[in-house]
Amino acid sequence: MQIIKREGTSTKQIIMIRLIAIIAAIIVSGIFIVFLGYNPVKVYVNMISGALGSKIRFRATLLEMVPLVITSLGILVAFKMKFWNIGGEGQILMGAFGATYIALFVDWIPKPLVIPVMFIVGFLAGGIWGIIPAFFKANFGANETIMTLMLNYIATQWITYLQYGPWRDPDLKGFAKIANFPDHALLPKVFGIHIGLIISLVLVIIISWFLRRTKRGFEISVVGESVSTARYAGMDISRIIITTMLLSGGLCGITGVIQAAGVNKTLTMNVSSGYGFTAVITTYLSGLRAQRVLIVSFLFAILLQGGSYIQSALQIPQAAADVLQGMILFCALGSEFFVNYKVRFRKNSISSEVK
Amino acid sequence: MNKTYVEMKNICKTFGVIRANRNVNFSVYEGEIHGLLGENGAGKSTLVNMLSGIYTPDSGSIFIHGEQVNIHSPKHAIELGIGMIHQHFKLIDVLTAAENVLLGHSQSVFISNKSRIKSIQNVMEKYGMEIDLNKRIMDMSVSEKQTVEILKVLYRGSKILILDEPTAVLTPQEIDKLFTVLKNLAETGCAIIIITHKLNEIMSVTDRVTVLRQGETVSTLETRKTNIRELTELMVGKPVNLSIERIHSRKGDLLLSVKGLTALGEHNVPVLDNVTFDLYEGEILGVAGVAGSGQKELCEAIAGLYPVEKGDIYFKGENIVGFSPREIIKRGVSMSFIPEDRLGMGLVPSMNMIDNMLLKDYVNQPGITVNRKPAKEKAERVSKRLEIQAPSIYTAIRKLSGGNIQKVLLGREIDANPHLLITAYPVRGLDIGASYNIYDLLKEQKQKGVGILYIGEDLDVLIELCDRIMVLCDGKVTGITGSESITKEGLGLMMAGETLSSIKKGDVVCKS
Ligand SMILES: Nc1ncnc2c1ncn2[C@@H]1O[C@H](COP(=O)(O)OP(=O)(O)OP(=O)(O)O)[C@@H](O)[C@H]1O
Ligand SMILES: [Mg+2]
Repeated sequence: MQIIKREGTSTKQIIMIRLIAIIAAIIVSGIFIVFLGYNPVKVYVNMISGALGSKIRFRATLLEMVPLVITSLGILVAFKMKFWNIGGEGQILMGAFGATYIALFVDWIPKPLVIPVMFIVGFLAGGIWGIIPAFFKANFGANETIMTLMLNYIATQWITYLQYGPWRDPDLKGFAKIANFPDHALLPKVFGIHIGLIISLVLVIIISWFLRRTKRGFEISVVGESVSTARYAGMDISRIIITTMLLSGGLCGITGVIQAAGVNKTLTMNVSSGYGFTAVITTYLSGLRAQRVLIVSFLFAILLQGGSYIQSALQIPQAAADVLQGMILFCALGSEFFVNYKVRFRKNSISSEVK
Repeated sequence: MNKTYVEMKNICKTFGVIRANRNVNFSVYEGEIHGLLGENGAGKSTLVNMLSGIYTPDSGSIFIHGEQVNIHSPKHAIELGIGMIHQHFKLIDVLTAAENVLLGHSQSVFISNKSRIKSIQNVMEKYGMEIDLNKRIMDMSVSEKQTVEILKVLYRGSKILILDEPTAVLTPQEIDKLFTVLKNLAETGCAIIIITHKLNEIMSVTDRVTVLRQGETVSTLETRKTNIRELTELMVGKPVNLSIERIHSRKGDLLLSVKGLTALGEHNVPVLDNVTFDLYEGEILGVAGVAGSGQKELCEAIAGLYPVEKGDIYFKGENIVGFSPREIIKRGVSMSFIPEDRLGMGLVPSMNMIDNMLLKDYVNQPGITVNRKPAKEKAERVSKRLEIQAPSIYTAIRKLSGGNIQKVLLGREIDANPHLLITAYPVRGLDIGASYNIYDLLKEQKQKGVGILYIGEDLDVLIELCDRIMVLCDGKVTGITGSESITKEGLGLMMAGETLSSIKKGDVVCKS
């Protein structure tokens, strides 16, 4: 058996492979569900209806989609430059931290301006968390994967420290929690969904335009392809890496602001809850295209939302629901492999006697 | 009649809309050196890649030693006794020559096995190859690496050898050595396929030659019954004029003045050692030298891409040492270095021609957005001017044939209307039609008053094309001479380190 790189997979083939992957996922997971003693059809129907079945559920799915979209966009700009930013978690937390500082501890800002300022500060805080590894990479060639990963832990510890230490809400006796945001620091709602949804849609358009139409977007692609060519063309590589990571981290930071001010209403560890890592997958599956991020994130949100719905509706244990999600994901990622490579089974291996 | 080792019948291969091979018929006999000739994009690499298992044909059949086969992978090709020497060597840098040869062949971990080394030495002796088996790949020159590649293939028992443009990056001496080895191999019964754009090589080394044009076999000829002129016509489809007439233009003002330029390489060894020369407007200054004599560093230092240790570079009277590459580009210095892998610097392989045209221009556009319209026009213009063959200007340039990729780079640089054009190995891997097209373009630039620094390999061309020639050896200038007063042999001696004054005394190699 051999694995061979495909040359020029056609769109038709790609669609076929994806379809087969989806069917495979349904079948494999179905078998798993049968083993658990449930009816797979019922589980699937419940998953879909749990994610899309009513207005409230649909809203919940959209709410789940928002952080995925924005974080993926952040990861995307970095990946486009072949800067492997897996520090989305940390950048989200730092963004939320910045917003929380404004919401709870700065009282001289006029109320209507509080939310805009929160976004700016959150963007910068997340951005700084992105700039740190960029700076070390640009100047000392440090490995960004390890740096961004480590910064996740630092951010986590920092938030935990705030929660149990200086920012602990003294009014809540015996319960370590940071105080809830005042009303003017909570995101307004449109059609029952906080404005994060609109922001995420606007960002998709902006980032898509940014990457395809702007000079900086062009520079990012060139640096991602070949650093030596970028240098040859007179591009300032360090500056490009650093500003791109400001944007990347900043976008993740915005996710943090939205989750804190729109969903959790305060700063907790739940603000990030794995989006930084999930976004790596959604970004990858989107093939580094901003518009596709939207589609992939929506499908992903259905998976997450439907997964948690079946837990309560059918009393499926959480671990089983997670396994189910994992299997579907596995098939999706696996199909990506088959889009790029093909496996060939050899029947008649010619013996090496020909020598 | 010799046995037929390779036979390809009615081979077709398409890439999307491009029909790279159409009903190609091709056969190679035992003991034969068979040349493959064709313009850039004619489908030569595609054809041999189907023998080496990299591509599979869409239709047609392949017979190896008379048996029909379906070559489905490079490994399978090796098992069939087909060895391919690629342009990009697949060797492991930190291992020695011997280790690389044995790698993947011996099952044993202990590869310093004496008897195995002995058998490699036998192979080497048999075919007259010279290499230090204990030298590590990273310390080797291109030609030594190539020798190791060949050795590796032979050691695995390949009887069919394919070399895709093996001479493009070798010096004349190295080419001679390679050809001796190939002839020895053919004598012992190997079948050898060689792709090259240099017709004199085809004439001197091959027994038969197959000409491809636009993916089709034009004909297969016996080399001794044909000549360069006929081959060219078959290749291009029409008669071609094969002489470079030097045009005399009036020498303009001093454009570039390099003084005492020194630059350091690894381990602080000087790669440029006190290099001093002047270049005038409307002049082509050739640079000759064995590969790796400091040509690359010289180009890069002038373009602001290589750190200068000592010395000055005056461009129009202004010292540009320490300027950023962009500042230097702005002043009208354009550099195109065609590296050995052709894609290394100056182009973005996955982008299309339009975006590659934008590479330096985008900064000068107003606003924060890029405007691809002028770039599109430029791509069309350059395509037409250099007769670039590509599916379209929207195709990723990675998918173009080697020669066409190069034309994109050079075309862009010339289109920028530079004052100083530095061009290194611009015709590396180009077919003759295209090469002469490039020479014409360079002459046209010269007439416009552009100063050209031309780093070349082919000494005949250097002498014919350039006004003066500077010879580099180990980073030092061994002499600068008018090209009308020097011979090829004289240049060769200077490339080996003799100074101009010392060979002038000998008086044999200088024209009066
Ligand atoms: N992987 C590929 N995808 C798409 N098109 C390709 C691919 N490989 C080759 N081609 C196209 O097929 C044609 C033949 O290419 P090939 O590389 O065989 O030419 P060649 O004769 O080796 O030229 P050169 O002398 O320039 O190396 C070209 O037009 C090229 O653009
Ligand atoms: Mg080729």
